[in-house]
Amino acid sequence: MDDLLRLTNISKSFGEVRSLQQVNFHVGRNEIVGLLGDNGAGKSTLIKIITGYHQPDPGGEIYFKGQKIDRMTVTRARKLGIESVYQERALADQQSLWRNIFMGRELTNAFGVLDVRRMTQETEKLMTQLMGFTSTAVTPDSRVKHMSGGERQGVAITRALYFHAELLILDEPTMGLSLSETKKALDFVGEIKRAGKAGIFIDHNIFHVYPVADRIVVLDRGRIAGEFSKEQITLEELIAKLHHVAETGRLDEPQAA
Amino acid sequence: MSSTTKSKARVSGIGLSTRGLAHHIRRNSLQIGIVAVALLIWTFFFIGAPKTFSRYEIYGAFMSTTPFFALMALPLTLLIIAAEIDLSFTSVMSFGMMVFSIVLERSENVYLAFTACLVAGLLAGLLNGAIVVRFGIPSLVVTLGTQFFWRGVVLVVTAGNGAGLTSTKATILYGALVGRLGNRIPAQMIWTIIIAILVWFFLNRTRLGAHVYLCGDNVESARLMGVNVARVKMLVFAIVGMAAAFAGVVVSMEVLYYWPTLGEGYLLNTLASVFLGGTSVFGGTGTIFGTFVAAFIIGSINAGIVAVGLSGFWTQLIYGLIIVIAVTLQTVLSRRFS
Repeated sequence: MDDLLRLTNISKSFGEVRSLQQVNFHVGRNEIVGLLGDNGAGKSTLIKIITGYHQPDPGGEIYFKGQKIDRMTVTRARKLGIESVYQERALADQQSLWRNIFMGRELTNAFGVLDVRRMTQETEKLMTQLMGFTSTAVTPDSRVKHMSGGERQGVAITRALYFHAELLILDEPTMGLSLSETKKALDFVGEIKRAGKAGIFIDHNIFHVYPVADRIVVLDRGRIAGEFSKEQITLEELIAKLHHVAETGRLDEPQAA
Repeated sequence: MSSTTKSKARVSGIGLSTRGLAHHIRRNSLQIGIVAVALLIWTFFFIGAPKTFSRYEIYGAFMSTTPFFALMALPLTLLIIAAEIDLSFTSVMSFGMMVFSIVLERSENVYLAFTACLVAGLLAGLLNGAIVVRFGIPSLVVTLGTQFFWRGVVLVVTAGNGAGLTSTKATILYGALVGRLGNRIPAQMIWTIIIAILVWFFLNRTRLGAHVYLCGDNVESARLMGVNVARVKMLVFAIVGMAAAFAGVVVSMEVLYYWPTLGEGYLLNTLASVFLGGTSVFGGTGTIFGTFVAAFIIGSINAGIVAVGLSGFWTQLIYGLIIVIAVTLQTVLSRRFS
């Protein structure tokens, strides 16, 4: 199967709490997967395992482009091209735009000295080409804390694109955004597919996920409660099923992956 | 070009230059604030005691004594930017010097003693870092504990007895650390400038330095972006420990005697230099330049107050006023130009 990412039998416990139980999950090349679930469903834990922030319990396996990844770390995930676009958590508020763009991957010259000038220039280019910043009030030296939700989202997205991500993980990219900013974020999810990349779009809001996802995976209480390709199900049917999952923790007719 | 267009261009030019000025002020508001405070204080002292403040001697005195805590305040700035703190450096100063005096007594080699002292400071710093990183205990608590611990070690080992260092006076190390350049400029001042440049370079021109800011600003985002937070914090704790040991040698060599109580009395001056210099107590922001200037403000107040004819009892009142006014000024400047 032509999967970009495949996870098998992934469980994760934190002490007595079992956040994930025997989860099987995959993302195809050039596929957008919507990941839905209530608070505490295990969405964030699953994403943190994919990005190497948490290690799964023994027995779980991760494959990327068909190759088994024995130990996924944050650095390894980024080298493989797995990028997270967190709206709030991935930006350092008091730091400048250029420091945020190059966070953890700062450019250096031949002597290993930070190349501040090049990073500032690259950021300036990205601001006009990718972020669509036209205001002269925002410069590469501007602090992120002074930016709007949409602008911050733009910074996080641009960072992922700049570093040639293969799989973009958007963790609640529309949270707290105005209507116009939400549209911008959703347009970007479409851009991922057009750019030939794959994406995982996590959100509470089914109305945001459904239009842009190719396939929807529903997590509930640490388990995969359902999985639907968009051809299989209408939005109304999906809403009805989600209500059912929320009430019972299972689908009446669980569908195979 | 029509007159209207010209006029528009002029207006736009003025707009741009105003924006440019605002941008520079915003970027450097911390530094501007602290330099403004330094100039105000100097003007006050100069008007109050023009004879004293127009002569070199008073500045020579500042350059001799301020480095004793500036040498620690500069690296401590890194740690506070990383949203950690070290209260144990005052005891590490003494612990390092204890190792120095023991090795000197046994080997009669001042360079070996100096190296051992720096290594002792480095290890004491690493211990702080290891406990904070490994067990996740707040550094305020850990270093409060190690402050007592290292002071206790010193008192137990030395039984409260000091050690003379007159044998070091003829060495190159003595001249290099506390000699007088051209019979005027104290060597410790040169070291303070060197350390300030090195720490500035580390913070602003290395990847690890960039990660210090990130760890202090948003530790979760730093981790998510692949920053090795534990390594960064351990390194900075180690730097502070080594700097404390170095400062201990400088202070002791200046008076040619090692007192086991060495370091007591430096805690507040050092911390005040960092915070007065504009470093945020919450981490993520701060500058080496700010700490450098603030250390000399703190270092000048005592002598300045006496020189202008006030009694020494005014010292703490003025310290307090200056810190509150300076921090308020920096905050207002920063908000005004945001």
